[in-house]
Amino acid sequence: MPETRFIKAINQALNDAMEADPTVFLIGEDIGAAGGSFKATRDLLDRFGPTRVYDSPISEAAITGMAVGAALTGMRPVVEIMFMDFTTLSMDMLVNQAAKARSMFGGQGSVPMVLRTPHGGGLNAGPQHSQCLEAWFAHIPGLKVVCPSNPADAYGLLRAAIDDPDPVIVVENKALYAMKGDLPDTPEQIEIGKARITRPGRDATVVAYGAAVAMAETAAATLAPEGIEVEVIDLRSLQPWDEATVLASLSRTHNLVIAHEAVEAFGVGAEIAARMADVGFDELDGPILRVGAPFAPSPFGKTLEDAYRPNADRIVAALRRTLA
Amino acid sequence: MKLDELAALYRQMLLIRRAEERLQKLFADGLVPGFLHLSIGQEAVPVGVSHALTDRDTVSSNHRGHGHTLAKGVDLNGFFAEILGKATGLCKGRGGSMHVADLSKGMLGANGIVGAGLPITTGSALAHKIQGQGHIAVVYFGDGALAEGVLHECLNMAALWDLPILFVCENNGWSEFSPTDRQLATSLDKLAKAFGITYRAVDGNVVADVVAESGRLVKAMRKSPAPAILECHTTRVRGHFEGDRQDYRDSGEIAGLSERDPLRLCAETMARAGGTPELLAEIAGSVEAEIKAATQAALEAPLPRSEDILADVYTRAEV
Repeated sequence: MPETRFIKAINQALNDAMEADPTVFLIGEDIGAAGGSFKATRDLLDRFGPTRVYDSPISEAAITGMAVGAALTGMRPVVEIMFMDFTTLSMDMLVNQAAKARSMFGGQGSVPMVLRTPHGGGLNAGPQHSQCLEAWFAHIPGLKVVCPSNPADAYGLLRAAIDDPDPVIVVENKALYAMKGDLPDTPEQIEIGKARITRPGRDATVVAYGAAVAMAETAAATLAPEGIEVEVIDLRSLQPWDEATVLASLSRTHNLVIAHEAVEAFGVGAEIAARMADVGFDELDGPILRVGAPFAPSPFGKTLEDAYRPNADRIVAALRRTLA
Repeated sequence: MKLDELAALYRQMLLIRRAEERLQKLFADGLVPGFLHLSIGQEAVPVGVSHALTDRDTVSSNHRGHGHTLAKGVDLNGFFAEILGKATGLCKGRGGSMHVADLSKGMLGANGIVGAGLPITTGSALAHKIQGQGHIAVVYFGDGALAEGVLHECLNMAALWDLPILFVCENNGWSEFSPTDRQLATSLDKLAKAFGITYRAVDGNVVADVVAESGRLVKAMRKSPAPAILECHTTRVRGHFEGDRQDYRDSGEIAGLSERDPLRLCAETMARAGGTPELLAEIAGSVEAEIKAATQAALEAPLPRSEDILADVYTRAEV
């Protein structure tokens, strides 16, 4: 099983999807000759030519809307938005158009488009190049949202997103782009909506996604010598999210922490906590706790950003508190 | 243009006019839920443009989209039922007046967001170009949309990538409740020039002129993909929406609009081509019967079932 970097797994998924389906095409800023800001589309223009890979002007609203129109006309467009912060410019097309077309047209057709975009800090990229805005999209009926935590998942979730008949936002944590991991020679798709237990445990559950999964695993390893066995769930898919797997885990461990890099307030963790406080109420032995960023714009300076981003220590602290 | 061709165009325009007049009455009687934006006075534009289109060509529309939709050939019964919010509507009563769509006819939807049809149609044109079958895309938008940012993004990309898209601006002089000449520092012909896009202007109330001009532009872009802009100067007779008293408009302006009524202008041309009052009466009678049947069917149709509230949010029901 060869080792591959996260960004290379995305490149491989795009390549394989384009080979498998002639209706798949890519559109985004600097994705052609330059291979993308983070090189996710490296060599794809050379391999597939300019009728499959469109180097677009800096027009996020239009390219996202064009993907909607192309999808309604029989294509499977994959849009790259260079930083998730720039999806603010695509919001009408995602929220009012892509998400609603199928429903408001009474089930005629669908919008099989994908929008890939990197979120997250760690690069000192500042308040307009680091935000984790996935909760906005998870809040919109009609959109799906996935967020891989490793190269194999990046491949499998992206392939599933491209084949999905509905619009899918693929959120990639840019701090993970250089991460290495195993990618099988013939990698599989990963079903959207299914979580994965990455580490079994009986004392508490940590639900995480994206870059927070590794932090949760570190936290679990930190507590293991004390005899505290933490189960880690990689959510993989945020909308729909795998409520059954989370509830089953909570029913075994009776303690729950949810960790993500996004701002804690009104986030994905809030939804999971609210649902588990409802359907899992009788299982709870402690408070459901969230670990996320504080309620402030993502800062630029290194000390500030380090303090801003969640880490394993904060997850450990949350686990100790809920287990106390 | 021959009489029978003119008569067919007149019939389509009259169908749109009578359909909207009927909706106007139904709205006043409280039978149309939500908002209603009528295109009375603008019928010649979509009827003229659609003359050159097939079901495989795509169009998208705006909030004032009844004419665009009917001219593209969607089913009248499904249209009425949709606007009345019935389960038998084209969109099962989930869209309403501002979201009527019929993908089987290449009608990609009316739209509640000003200018939103522009990128959607530009993308549809890109798909047509990739697919290489000679189909084209048409976007209808008003002069109010000229101030939207996406217009400029789309003109740029359509020109840059030679996309087969016809930008049809229905210039009625009004951006919702405000005169466009107080909203816009430029004009569409200047924008066309700036982006190097073929531009034609036409009296949008003379259907034969719209047919001729749009026909030439569509024929050219089928042969060799490239965008074009057709600015149709037209007249909005009713308010921005039904219930708008239009007290911001000069009453003389509204009264004078009947001089430019596209139906009247078309009837005059028909008369010159040998059309008789009997022919007009015959067309009116058959249109009236069609509208009456569609209205009746829509009024009698069931409302959507509340238990279907989650249907069609996603394609796969299990998600």
